[in-house]
Amino acid sequence: MARRENPEINAGSMADIAFLLLIFFLVTTTMNVDSGISKKLSEKPPADYVPPIIKEKNIFEVVINRNNDLLVEDERVQINQLKDLAVQFIDNGGGLGKPGEDGTPGKPCDYCQGSRSESSSDHPNKAIISVQSDRGTNYGTYIQVQNELLRAYTELRNRLSKQRYGVSFDELEQSFKDAKKSADLKDRVEELRKKVEAIKIAYPQIISDAEPTS
Amino acid sequence: MAKFGKKKKGLPAVNTAALPDIVFMLLFFFMVTTTMRETDLRIDAPRLPSATEIKKLEDKSLVSTIYVGKSKDPEKHGIGYNKIQLNDKISSADQVPNFIFSKREKLAEAMHPFMTTSIKADKESNVGTITDIRLKLRDVNALKVSYSTQKGSNN
Repeated sequence: MARRENPEINAGSMADIAFLLLIFFLVTTTMNVDSGISKKLSEKPPADYVPPIIKEKNIFEVVINRNNDLLVEDERVQINQLKDLAVQFIDNGGGLGKPGEDGTPGKPCDYCQGSRSESSSDHPNKAIISVQSDRGTNYGTYIQVQNELLRAYTELRNRLSKQRYGVSFDELEQSFKDAKKSADLKDRVEELRKKVEAIKIAYPQIISDAEPTS
Repeated sequence: MAKFGKKKKGLPAVNTAALPDIVFMLLFFFMVTTTMRETDLRIDAPRLPSATEIKKLEDKSLVSTIYVGKSKDPEKHGIGYNKIQLNDKISSADQVPNFIFSKREKLAEAMHPFMTTSIKADKESNVGTITDIRLKLRDVNALKVSYSTQKGSNN
């Protein structure tokens, strides 16, 4: 007897059912946003903390009021001017940097291309950007301000990295990440790490969020 | 010769008998890779602001999320874009330390400093609410924070 399969259930619509289920999942899969501006908060100061005395010229004050207007160093500016003002401030290099951890005295900035004015920051590692907002400020504006300040840092870091190493800082970081993951670039990991750290130390991101006004 | 009837059926150019198999395989793939969102949003989906200087969150298991936005149920929770959702209910900034502790309990001690808190806030929220959350996070030493944003230039 020929054992030919005589289908009792018509399986022709199985493909239709499968397509329907597939389309259902295609439509309902949520793409979770998993990226954002990352920040390292400073540790909570102890109760008897005395804030260190910082020269006013080393602080770049950005104030956002309740109406989302920007006040930078007591001047009203538009959001698109913020980055350039920040770059000028950080890159000024008007004096000596912080003393090294091993006690070596602070050195002047030899990679800064700013105007070296006496009234602006001494060195990028002393340059503090302070963001003061109001409790009623729009969160979207706050993020825009943070983004512009971070853009200022990446512009400076990219420029320095191109000067020193011939590649932009973004490419340097990317190749560092790739080297960490791949097995055959292990010997470059240490070298890349040192380069990335050097650029980060040259232009450290010191953005301080001040207590908001209510 | 008489035993074999001439095959009238035309030979199909492509054998489509395996089509359902392929479709099922795709289906199973999607069933496996769909991320199950752990919490239902009690607030309207926050419209995240856009930014260009963003970093991807590396390890999803080390991320705790705090949602801030407008409540889906304004009569019960009030109006405004400043409702904070922890886990699956709307609470206030004071509950943030407990939330962080409960997330920490599930992880090994060594991984605690690598935990990140992702704040998904609507762009119309107030900075005051965010600051409250941030201060509470600082109190419990949850120092890695990520403000969730979409990738894009100025809105």
